[in-house]
Formats: sequence, structure tokens, C-alpha cells
Amino acid sequence: MDIFVQQLINGLTLGAVYAVVALGYTMVYGIIQLINFAHGEVVMIGAMVAFTVINLLAAGGLPPLAVVLIGAACAIPVCMLVSYTVERLAYRPLRRAPRLAPLITAIGVSIILQHLAMLVWSRNVLAFPQIIPLKTFHFLGATVTGVQLTILGICAAIMCGLAALVYRTRLGRAMRATAQNPQVAGLMGVDINRVIASTFVIGAALAAVAGVMVGTYYGVAQYTMGSILGLKAFAAAVLGGIGNVPGAMVGGLLLGVVEALGAGYIGDITDLCRYGPLARAIGERCADGGHFVLFGSNYQDVFAFVVLILVLVFRPSGLLGERVGDRA
Amino acid sequence: MKLKLGLTVLAASLAVIGCGDKPADTKKTAEVKKDAPPPPPPSIEIKIAHVGPLTGGIAHLGKDNENGARLAIDEANAAKIKIDGKDAKFILVPEDDQADPKVGTTVAQKVVDAKVAGVVGHLNSGTSIPASDIYNKAGIPVISGSATNPKLTEQGFKVQFRVVARDDQQGPAVANYLASAAKPKLVAVIDDATAYGEGLANEVEKSLKGANIKVLPREKGTDKTTDWKAVLTKLKGRNPDAIFYGGMDATGGPMLKQARELGVKAVFSFGDGACTDEMAKLAGAAADGLLCSQAGLPPQAADKKFLEAYKKAFNVDPILYAPFTYDAANLLIEAMKKANSADPAKYLPELAKIEHSGASGKIAFDEKGDRKGAEITIFTMKGGKLEPTAIVKDGKSVSYAEFVGGGAPAAAPAKDEAKK
Amino acid sequence: MKPLIDVRGRPLLLWIGIAAIAVALIALPFVLSMVGTTWVRIANLAVLYVLLALGLNIVVGFAGLLDLGYIAFYAVGAYVYALLASPHFGLHLPFWIILPIGAAVAALFGVLLGAPTLKLRGDYLAIVTLGFGEIVRIFLNNLSQPVNITRGPQGIAQIDPFRIGPLDLSTTDRVLGVVISGPMKYYWLLLAVMVVVILINVRLQNSRIGRAWEAVREDETAARAMGIDTTAVKLLAFAMGASFGGIAGGMFASIQGFISPESFVLVESIMVVAMVVLGGMGNIWGVILGAVLLSFVPEILRWTVAPFQNALFGKQLVEPEVIRMLLFGLALVLVMLFRPAGLLPSSVRQRELAGEEAR
Repeated sequence: MDIFVQQLINGLTLGAVYAVVALGYTMVYGIIQLINFAHGEVVMIGAMVAFTVINLLAAGGLPPLAVVLIGAACAIPVCMLVSYTVERLAYRPLRRAPRLAPLITAIGVSIILQHLAMLVWSRNVLAFPQIIPLKTFHFLGATVTGVQLTILGICAAIMCGLAALVYRTRLGRAMRATAQNPQVAGLMGVDINRVIASTFVIGAALAAVAGVMVGTYYGVAQYTMGSILGLKAFAAAVLGGIGNVPGAMVGGLLLGVVEALGAGYIGDITDLCRYGPLARAIGERCADGGHFVLFGSNYQDVFAFVVLILVLVFRPSGLLGERVGDRA
Repeated sequence: MKLKLGLTVLAASLAVIGCGDKPADTKKTAEVKKDAPPPPPPSIEIKIAHVGPLTGGIAHLGKDNENGARLAIDEANAAKIKIDGKDAKFILVPEDDQADPKVGTTVAQKVVDAKVAGVVGHLNSGTSIPASDIYNKAGIPVISGSATNPKLTEQGFKVQFRVVARDDQQGPAVANYLASAAKPKLVAVIDDATAYGEGLANEVEKSLKGANIKVLPREKGTDKTTDWKAVLTKLKGRNPDAIFYGGMDATGGPMLKQARELGVKAVFSFGDGACTDEMAKLAGAAADGLLCSQAGLPPQAADKKFLEAYKKAFNVDPILYAPFTYDAANLLIEAMKKANSADPAKYLPELAKIEHSGASGKIAFDEKGDRKGAEITIFTMKGGKLEPTAIVKDGKSVSYAEFVGGGAPAAAPAKDEAKK
Repeated sequence: MKPLIDVRGRPLLLWIGIAAIAVALIALPFVLSMVGTTWVRIANLAVLYVLLALGLNIVVGFAGLLDLGYIAFYAVGAYVYALLASPHFGLHLPFWIILPIGAAVAALFGVLLGAPTLKLRGDYLAIVTLGFGEIVRIFLNNLSQPVNITRGPQGIAQIDPFRIGPLDLSTTDRVLGVVISGPMKYYWLLLAVMVVVILINVRLQNSRIGRAWEAVREDETAARAMGIDTTAVKLLAFAMGASFGGIAGGMFASIQGFISPESFVLVESIMVVAMVVLGGMGNIWGVILGAVLLSFVPEILRWTVAPFQNALFGKQLVEPEVIRMLLFGLALVLVMLFRPAGLLPSSVRQRELAGEEAR
């Protein structure tokens, strides 16, 4: 039981990170139907910038929380700038092009960002300085660290803040209008270019926060960390219903839990030696407490893709998304 | 024989386009002698290639390997060696395989085209294995100073040698040490699903099972995994006494840190890929008590002469396999001297039966081309520093203090194995 | 649409041109091996990429389905060959049996991937194919347990070369005094396969199926209304594209003699996409140009960038590999921005991309 609770907590923390990254995908997709492939790289840049600043300040004797906050405060504007530039130079000119064109451009941008980051920060793994004292809490037999609680808290705060932004402010209304019909929104006096750019920039700020969170959580950052994280977050956005803000949150948390429980239990479930008749059929390998595991934790990275494919095939609108017609 | 080409009808048309000459990998052997007609300049140029990744994630290791070979060649040139009565001038041909198997074969071909007399390299097993076929076809001896995958010398290629311990020498060494030091009843084995990590983990698992220790089903991550919590939480439920991880420091560090956060109490043991000083940085205090192994002897016990010469030549300390590539290049030169020829066909038999005292200790090859009695050092992490605790040779483990006290011969620093 | 090769127009001139190109291509390895057999190997890899790009072009260019996991089919072909012709299982079947099997298995994978996903919109399909490619790679990397099928990350070594009777394509022979190296023999085989694949592609494009693909690409709803079975047509594109990938994979395995999952990573898929996009989606000659350009770029960079930087700064600041990746990225972005139809645009595609598209 305590192991199960522990896996659940691990999954929720991981899922909170996915959720914050997924928000960036889902907002952009909701407005201009673009899979912003480069979003994962923005997360990576956020983590790298924050780590650089944090490492510089680590010896300064400031309280750890202040150091991390300054790191995040430096990472957010950098990510916003990167994302704005990318939108302006690579996506805006293609807004009227067929759907595949900006997707291909986005792949190109992702490659460029990743390798530029490599030139800046080298290929080495950046280590998070050991400044945060390890605080643990016990909950139903499981261990929760202070960092985990902070991540969950930030995630909840971001969710509320974003909901308020989208549903309570002028900008939010303009965003929703643009998402529904950019032409008409434009006729109604909405500056579409500004709205779209704002969406990118807000998504980038969230990405920076996610980068700091994931970096602090695991203690390492590297220039390659963005691509797989981005793909998984995209899967989370699709799971929740792409274009749907609460959906991204639900999808993220759910995917995190699926991954943690999957990696934790799939090995036991597919251990054929646990099933009497099969164990006898296998024979020798199962004798004396042996194992015959079909799928182990090595398939952890597959879950996100399987979820992605299943959702797209059986319920393309995701869990919370409304039914969208073929808009292609 | 090539000159006849113009006579043939078929070739006549092709010759116009310039088909004729340089049949690349056929005349590699005769070349050296042919190019040096006896009377006028009594000198002979002998090319020795070094191949390793000079770009990419482990370029620093590749450069280190190259420096080792370069030092040996510079020293040989300074010693004015005579081969076949002529002054030998050794030339290093440095090549970059990017640690990529596909590039590895292309570069191997390039080296063969350049008509080298011998090759030191490659760094990774993943590039060494496909390249070995090309060297074998060309009949050029190749000595790796760092490829540890057993498969490399199991292909039956007469030209392939290595001076570093194989995975199936290192695996049992660390497994046996772990078994005797921590006396575990149940061990979990994790790997990073790379050729290196999985290969080493397999050998460790085999040895542990051989020692009647129970091993949990294998857990795996990737070479980019930073989230080990799911796997570690699962293992926590099984409560193993020890955990072995076959992988690199970049993934091993976070693993160790997360394990301690989750309250996993098991003894951790890593292979040479994660047996680096980086571990202290990546895992912090959690790294204390880590057991890990490195192929070869620790830097503290290394050959002073080699260390000084290396430092003097390149203004840095050797980081890892440089002593092995230094020895590899010296072995090639030594065999050429013994055979009194730089013709691979002639000096290859000498190389196979050579006995040489090098920077990494005494070297002799078995019939497969592997080094006989390669040493492995076990380290323990204490207060952020790796300290040698034992030396394992031929399956016997000697404590480090005893080893040093016994006036052991010279040896070398060794560090992490390349990823692939 | 104008046929790509209009033989009826000026037959003599055209045939002379083709003959000249043919002679040049056949003689190429002799020229290259004067510089070094390495270059023949590099040419072989370039031809392999041409095969891959042509296969992907069927899916992306003809049928308009962006496939970001194409390398999976290459991997399937390579592993089928490696498993059936290496000491791993002790099987040593001849290549003319395995290659068709490889192509068929790859096509089967294409159908497996295509059947459930083809109703998806273009960008979703792209992401699903990407996921599929990763799944195939992860499986190849992990199927060493519990039963050792693929040898996992260790890869499969000592894969048999192609043998036709007494002729072994990997060894060096001497024919009438001319030295014929292994890579040269492979080159001619690859060249022959490439010609066949090009012919198939040209014929396909102007066939009934080709026009159906074009119709589906331009407007699926309209195509369906015209009585085209769009699902079948799209599946066919996937299967055909995949089978070409499978053949290329088999040849790759035999040329390399060693394969491991790290040769089939996502970047490789994207590289092939970049070749198709750069050359011109849908235009066979453009795609070939793109593949040749992008597969020689790394070599050219390797021979120029490093010495140039060494001369200028005394050391290497930016690795050729990084420049190569940056160039790939830039190529994708710049082509889409300024020349969306590629260097050699296909006439239809150009019209389509120039036109406005309503959502």
C-alpha cells in the first residue's frame, strides 16, 4: 500500500511538470492549430538559464529559495524572448500556409534551438548545486519531499492563474475569440497578431517555470532534456483534449500517474511466472523464484506514445475536449 | 599487375574516366617497402592511425586516447628506431569516428585507404565491432585501448587485439567484490539499455547468480533517464540489500540521489561509466559509500614516467584510457621492431605473442587477442572523493593497501567507459 | 500534368543524355576510389538515403501524409535481414529471399501503422507516426529479454554480405587486372536498385494510383466524392513507402555488417524528411537531389570546417556535426518560409502550396 501511495505521489509530481508544459502546447494549438514542436526546447532553455544563474549564486550565501527564485526570474524573460522571436520569424509568415508547413518549420526550429543550446552550454550535464536541504514528510507510509510539495503547489497556482487569465481578462477573451474564428475576431477589432504572440509568450513563461521545476526536482539539466519531455507533454495535452486548458492539466497529471504506475507495476503484471499454467509451460526459467518478465520498466517511455496513439485513434478530442470536426 | 590494365578492352574505356589506379585496400601491405627503395634515403615512413570520437558527447575521452597514442609515437621517433636497416619515421594519422557506428566504418575505410601499418582504436565497442571487419579484410592489426564488449574479440579476427579488461572480466570482479564486502542476499540490477550498460549489467548478474545470490528482474532506464523514482520505489518494496547499475554518471547521479530521498537503504554499486568524480557533484552527500569499479589500475599507482611525460607533452593530466592507447601504440611499434618490418603480415605474428611492460602494467595477449590477467580496481566514495579499496586480478581480490605495500608495478588511471 | 520523362518528344537527344548519365554513374566508383575507397562507401550511404527519400516521398510527396517515423521501416528491413542472415540465430538465407521478406514485413508494419491512424488529420498523423517510430526503436532495443530476439542495444554483428553464387559483394576482386573493391560492387547493386525504384516511382506517379494519391492529397473529401477509396489508397501509399524503406534497410544491414538500434533514431527520420522537403515534395528528381545534397553535406563539412577553423582560430570551435544539424534545421525552416515547394518543385505541389488555404 505504501508503495502504491509512493508511486502515486511520484506520478503526480511528474504529472504536474507535464501539465505545465502541456499548457503551452494546448494554448498555442487552441489558437492557431500549430503543434509547436519547439516548445520542449524552450523548457530546456529555461532549465539551462536557471541552472547557470543558480550555480553562479550558489556560493553567495543567499537563502536557497531566493536563489531558485532569482534563477527562475532570469529564465522566464529569456524563454519569452526566444519564443517571441521564433513565433515572429518562423511561424507568423506561415500562418496562411497549409498545416504541414509550420509543423515542418517547428521541427527545424527545435533542432536549431537544441544545437544552439549545446553551443552555449556544451554537452555536459549541468548539476544543480546541493543547496536545498532535504526535507521529507511522511504521508500514508510514503515519503514526500519539500520540492515535490512545492511543485504540486506551483502547478495548482498556475492552473488557477491561467484560468483567471483566459476567462476573466480582456486578453483572455481576445484569445478565446481568436481561437474560435480569427477572421471574425480580427473584424471585431482584436489584434490577432498581438494575441497570438501573447499566447506564445505566456506559454514560454510557463515553460521556463516547468524547466526550473524539473531541473530542481531531478538535480540535472542537459541540452537534450527538452525533446522527450516535450513529446510527453504533448501526449498529455492530447490526452486531456488539445486546445483545452483544464484538459492539459488533467492530461498531464494522468499521464504522470500512468507512467509511474506503469513503470512500477508492468513488470509484475507481465511476469509470466506468476501465472501457474504459464509458469509450468515455461518451466526451467520460472523454477526457484525465477522470472519471465515480458515488459519491464524499460518500456516506461512507450506509455506516453501508446496513450497518444490510443487517444488519437479512439477519442481524438481527448478526455475534456469538445468534439471537433475535421478542420483540415 | 595494375599496369596491364590499359590493355584490356573493358578497362580501356574506363581508364579515360580515370578508373585505373589506387585499388585502395589491396596493396596496403606491400606499400611501405615499395615506397622506400633501398639505396638513396635510408628512411621509412610508418603510419599508425588512431581512431576515436574527436567530436560529440565524449570527444574529451577521444582526445585523451589520441594523446596517449601520440605520446608513444613521439617517443618512438625520438628514440630513432631502425626497422629493416632504415630509420623509421612514425606518423600518427588521427581520425574521428564520432562514436557513431556508421561513421566508424567510413573512417575505418579511410584509414585503410591511407595505408597505415596499424590502428589504435576505436574508443567505443559500438564503433569497434563494425570497423573490425574492415581492418580484418585489409589485414591491418588494430588494438583497442578502451572497447570492453566481449563480442569484439569473439569474432575470430586475427588482427583484433585489446589492452583493456572485457566486460566479462570487470562484471565478475565488481560482483564478487560486492558479494564479499556487502554480503547481500538479494540484489537488484539496473541498466541504461545501452550496449555498454546492458553488457556490463548482464555480466554482473551472471556472476551474482553464480554466487547463489538472488537477483530481482532487471530494471531499465535509458541513457537520458533522470526520473528513476518509479523504478526505485518499486525496488524499495522488494527491499534488496544491494543495487548494481550499469550506466553513466549523468544518469547514475540522479538515481543515487533519488534513492536516498526515497529512503532506499541498499548499498549501491556502479560500473566504470559512473565511477567518476562527477558522482559527488551529481548526487551530493548521497554518493557516500558508493562502490564502483574501473578497468585498470588507479592513477595513484600509475607509472610515474608515463604520467610526467604525458603532462609535459599535453599540459593536462590523462583523464582515462590514455595509458592504454599509449601501450597499444607502443605494442605496434615493439612488434614491428621484433619482426624488423612494418608489413602487417610480417609483424602480426610477433604482436600476437608479444610480452611487453607498459604504462598499464604487463601485457600479453591470449589466443583471442584479449589481455591476459587484466586488473580491475574497486573504489569507494568517501566524503566526495573516490578512494581505491581493492585490486582484482585473475578473479582474486587484494586490498589496495596490500597491493601498494607489495610494491606493485606501474600502472594507470582509468575512468569511464564510453557510452556505446 | 506533364510526364516527367517525355520520351516521345526528342527521343535521340534524351537517350544520349540518359546514356551519358548512366555511363558517368557507372564509372563513378572508379573515380571515387582514386581519392579513396572511403568515398565509395560515402556514395553508397548517399544512394541508401536516396532510396529512403524516394520511399518517403511516396507517403509525403505523393499522398501528402507526413510520416515522422519513417526510419522504423528501414529498421524493420535491417533487422529482418540481420536476423535471417547472421550467426545470431545461425540462419544464413540468401539475400534474394530475405530482401522480399524484409520488404513485405516492412509493408505489413506500414499497414499496421496506417490502418488505425489514416483517418487522422495531417498534423496528428505526423505525431502518431513519430510515436510509432520511437516505439519500434524502443522494442528493438529491449527485445533482448526475456527471450533474446534482437540482442537489444548490443546490436547484431557479422551480418552476411550479399552473395550471388561465387560472387561475394564484400570482398575485393580483380577482374582483368582491374581491382574491384567490395564497396564498389555494392555501389553498382545499389545503383541498379535505385534505377528500378526510380522507374517504379515515375510509373506510379502517372498511374491511376498516382493520380488517386494526388487527388487525396489535394482534397480528400472531393476525392472520396469522385469514388476513390481514400483509405485503401492511403494504406497503399504507406505500404509501398514502407516496403522501399525495408529494402533499403536490408541493404544497409548487409553493407554495414553490424546494426544496432542507435542507427534508427528519430533524428534519422527527420533527416529523411528534410531531404524530401528540401528537394521538393512530390518531385522525384527534387527528392533525389535533396538526398544527395544532404548526405554529402556532413562529409564536405568534415573535410572543410575543421581545417578551416583550425587555420583561423588554432582550434575547433564548432564541431562539423553541430553545423550539420544546424544546417538541417535551417534548411527545414528556410525552405518552408521561402521556397515551400523545395529546390526542384513538382508542378502540382507548387500550385497547391502557393494557393491560399482555408481552415
